[in-house]
Amino acid sequence: MGATQTAVQHGAAHAHDEHEHHEHHETFITKYIFSEDHKTIAKQFLITGLIWAFIGGLFSILFRIQLGFPDADLTWLKPLLGEWIDKDGKMDKDFYLALVTMHGTIMVFFVLTAGLSGTFSNFLIPLQVGARDMASGFLNMLSYWFFFVSGILMFVSIFLETGPAGGGWVVYPPLSALQEAAPGSKGGMTLWLLSMAVFIVSSLLGSINYITTVINLRTAGMTFTRMPLTIWAFFITAVIGVLSFPVLFSAALLLVFDRSFGTSFFLSEIYINGQALHHVGGSALLFQHLFWFLGHPEVYIIILPSLGITSEIIATNSRKPIFGYRAMIGSILGIAFLSFIVWAHHMYMTGMNPFLGTVFMFLTLIIAVPSAVKAFNYVTTLWRGNIVFTPAMMFSIGLVSLFVGGGVTGIHLASAAIDIQLHDTYFVVAHFHLVMGASAFLGMMAGVYHWFPKMFGRMMDERMGYIHFWLTFVGVYCVFFPMHHMGMAGYPRRYYSFTQFDSLDAFADVSAFISISAMIAFGAQLLFAFNFFYSIFKGRPAPSNPWRSNTLEWTTPRFPQHGNWPGEIPHVYRWPYDYSKPNAPEDFIPQNVPYSETLESNLPYEAIFVEQEKEYEPERFGTPEAKKNS
Amino acid sequence: MMFYVILILGVIVFVGLLGFIYRVFALVNLSKTSGENYERRTGKSAAVNGLSLIIFFVVGMVAIFWYSDAVKIHYLPEASSAHGSSIDNLFWITTIVVFIAFALVNALLLSFPFIYRFKDNRKAYFYADNHKLEIVWTVVPAIVLTVLVLMGWNVWSSVTAPAPTGSLEIEVIGKQFNWMVRYAGKDGKLGRHDFRQIDDDNAIGMDFKKDFKTNADDFTASELKLPKGQNVLLKIRSRDVLHSVFLPHFRVKMDAVPGMPTSFWFMPTKTTEEMRAQLSKEGRPNAAEFDYILTCTEVCGNSHFAMKMKVSVLEKAEFDKWYAEQEPWAVKNKEYLQKKGINVGGLALNK
Repeated sequence: MGATQTAVQHGAAHAHDEHEHHEHHETFITKYIFSEDHKTIAKQFLITGLIWAFIGGLFSILFRIQLGFPDADLTWLKPLLGEWIDKDGKMDKDFYLALVTMHGTIMVFFVLTAGLSGTFSNFLIPLQVGARDMASGFLNMLSYWFFFVSGILMFVSIFLETGPAGGGWVVYPPLSALQEAAPGSKGGMTLWLLSMAVFIVSSLLGSINYITTVINLRTAGMTFTRMPLTIWAFFITAVIGVLSFPVLFSAALLLVFDRSFGTSFFLSEIYINGQALHHVGGSALLFQHLFWFLGHPEVYIIILPSLGITSEIIATNSRKPIFGYRAMIGSILGIAFLSFIVWAHHMYMTGMNPFLGTVFMFLTLIIAVPSAVKAFNYVTTLWRGNIVFTPAMMFSIGLVSLFVGGGVTGIHLASAAIDIQLHDTYFVVAHFHLVMGASAFLGMMAGVYHWFPKMFGRMMDERMGYIHFWLTFVGVYCVFFPMHHMGMAGYPRRYYSFTQFDSLDAFADVSAFISISAMIAFGAQLLFAFNFFYSIFKGRPAPSNPWRSNTLEWTTPRFPQHGNWPGEIPHVYRWPYDYSKPNAPEDFIPQNVPYSETLESNLPYEAIFVEQEKEYEPERFGTPEAKKNS
Repeated sequence: MMFYVILILGVIVFVGLLGFIYRVFALVNLSKTSGENYERRTGKSAAVNGLSLIIFFVVGMVAIFWYSDAVKIHYLPEASSAHGSSIDNLFWITTIVVFIAFALVNALLLSFPFIYRFKDNRKAYFYADNHKLEIVWTVVPAIVLTVLVLMGWNVWSSVTAPAPTGSLEIEVIGKQFNWMVRYAGKDGKLGRHDFRQIDDDNAIGMDFKKDFKTNADDFTASELKLPKGQNVLLKIRSRDVLHSVFLPHFRVKMDAVPGMPTSFWFMPTKTTEEMRAQLSKEGRPNAAEFDYILTCTEVCGNSHFAMKMKVSVLEKAEFDKWYAEQEPWAVKNKEYLQKKGINVGGLALNK
């Protein structure tokens, strides 16, 4: 660990320290609505994200009803879905595709990107690096309100007569480009593109802020190798976002041109609706390349923050340093770099040159190595720990289990030859829901349980948390594990029913089981919603450091005001993982405790830090003489 | 069936409500007696949750094996193409390797929490890193992955190599929402096509104006018939949106892209009859009615799920006989061609 601790950096004075927070004349509007306080903005992201999670979850339940019980009379859903249920009580086929599309879009972008990064990057970056707020509070506020507008646009599209976008969340043209190809490619698709364009603006504003804050506003002594892994994860996630989202923006823009202005970027040689279109020379594959150039980094934008949160929670609750801190940073960086050069593994069967397939197969399997290292490091962190079972810890353990379970099947799909058979089957659905859908969601829940006391000054109920965890964790495995076998039987995804594909409908019972499991897991989220909102107002008041954690956010008062710390920002003297250090009286030493005050537990190579503290902060640690001189 | 869903949902809601009421009282009680002394770190919940993780692992593993065996009868039968069995081998080798990794990591992950649950009188082991260990578990997966990827590369290269000469060319065209097939006829060459020539009659857009000769003997069929033991080259295209040719029993998949022709070649190794016999020997349900299928795996609109075509594999001799008997499309549609102003004089020669 010695190498991880570099000299206490002090010298540089911190302009932001001096800016004491002045008397704010806050109104309700500036405090809760157009707030520039990163903590409020984080809560706005969180609550909006949770509402979207319920909408996205509800959509999945609706299409699971169709898949699990294809013969059922759904007339009882008419009050909710109106004309989308036909006279015979059957779900409209276009609406089924719209549900699938919206579920994917909402979960990937609104819940697991905005809801996750937006919440925890906003909340934790200033608090954990020791800053008064984000680099730009105003841009941060804009970031939320762009997200809000993008959500409104998407929400409106649900109520169009022709329905929301329906070509799958990947919106491949020509289906998405030709209004006559499907009802879901009409107004719903226009709103989808608009909504995503606004969303990308929101995401970029947020990411630029996160990056700037991490680079510029760290408190004294907070070197990069003393940053908690949460911050490393959020930081790198933001970098990935800045580099990849603009590419999606360009793809969306070109698609808008093709849809509305008669260009032919993605369209060529099409005969539809009784007439040959004028488009020639475009490439449908070009869109796929552009889309996945964002799309693949996007899955790491989703999973990295969750892994960061998990690292923090597992170390804290195992009362042990995270194992291989440097390796963890290295694997985050490795994953981030590799995430940009593996996108075409989504495209092995698109008619792309097979040689490209070979190249991407090799690159993709490399990315499995840093991912595996992370999983091993989590397990080793648990080994010989002193493990506290908070709900956050349960969710973190659940995340690692799902991440491994979904990750290993990535090895099947990355191998182009095996992918010939498995591509676009339920095997893929099982894979990505486990590895980045459900596991990122569990990470988000872990984060909520862990930082709720800091967000709202109260504790959530633990027992309800455990019940929530078990129903969710078991539910997720019951939903997605059997899908591997359906994929092995060749069942394609995005099918309205399987009576045509397989006259036997061999997996009918399994489908019903999956649907019921999904309903139970969804029901468990209501328990969480109750616990969450109830505890905001009535939860047990939180102590200042309920989990005995080392990071800086726990040094703030129970209700930190705008500016976070009432006095000077604490200085940082050590890494965040000094848990259960030999000879220390307590099993944790917060980052703001200097080595000079922990002489009994300092390791031999840490003696030099005591000297450095004297040198850099003589007024605090120096000899009486030095104090006088300073 | 719906009744049961409602019943189950009702039960869940009812149980949930009971729980809510119970917790409301408990929480009200707690918030009255709260204080800064939130120090409880041990207790029953640790043992219960820790033990539950272990039970979950054991029950889960048993369930996986039981379920995998129970649905074995519904897995796809042994591949009916030459390259298919090498894909299957690769799949099962990979599955075994990754399942072992999955089981090992989960065994440790889900048992450590109980074994090392919090005790007041114990301190966790301060163990920040171990370079040897980290190198080992970076290098071992890297080696295993390299072996897997090299095996995969080998199969991928041979599957995607250019089609051997003498392959039977068949054109497969996707449209919303069905597949169309065209055979090359006597000359073994598919005629040129142009999407501007498509209309209700000439659904695949054969271009007789520019290429009468090769198009003249081409014929279409309502199902995809394949010869056993001969290399078949599928030339794939789409008329409107993306589709994807999927022949699950042959381990064949390739997107159909408007404006960009794609292809996939393979060799069928079992006739439909042989497959039926094999399935009934394996005791699979409905083996006598079995048919190979061609289906779509790229979402293409509301009837995506119903975009299916029957596939039959015939003995080579039987196939050749069928092939020779087919009447060219142009002959069947002479009047249409004449109406389009195309000189059909040569057709009689082709007949």
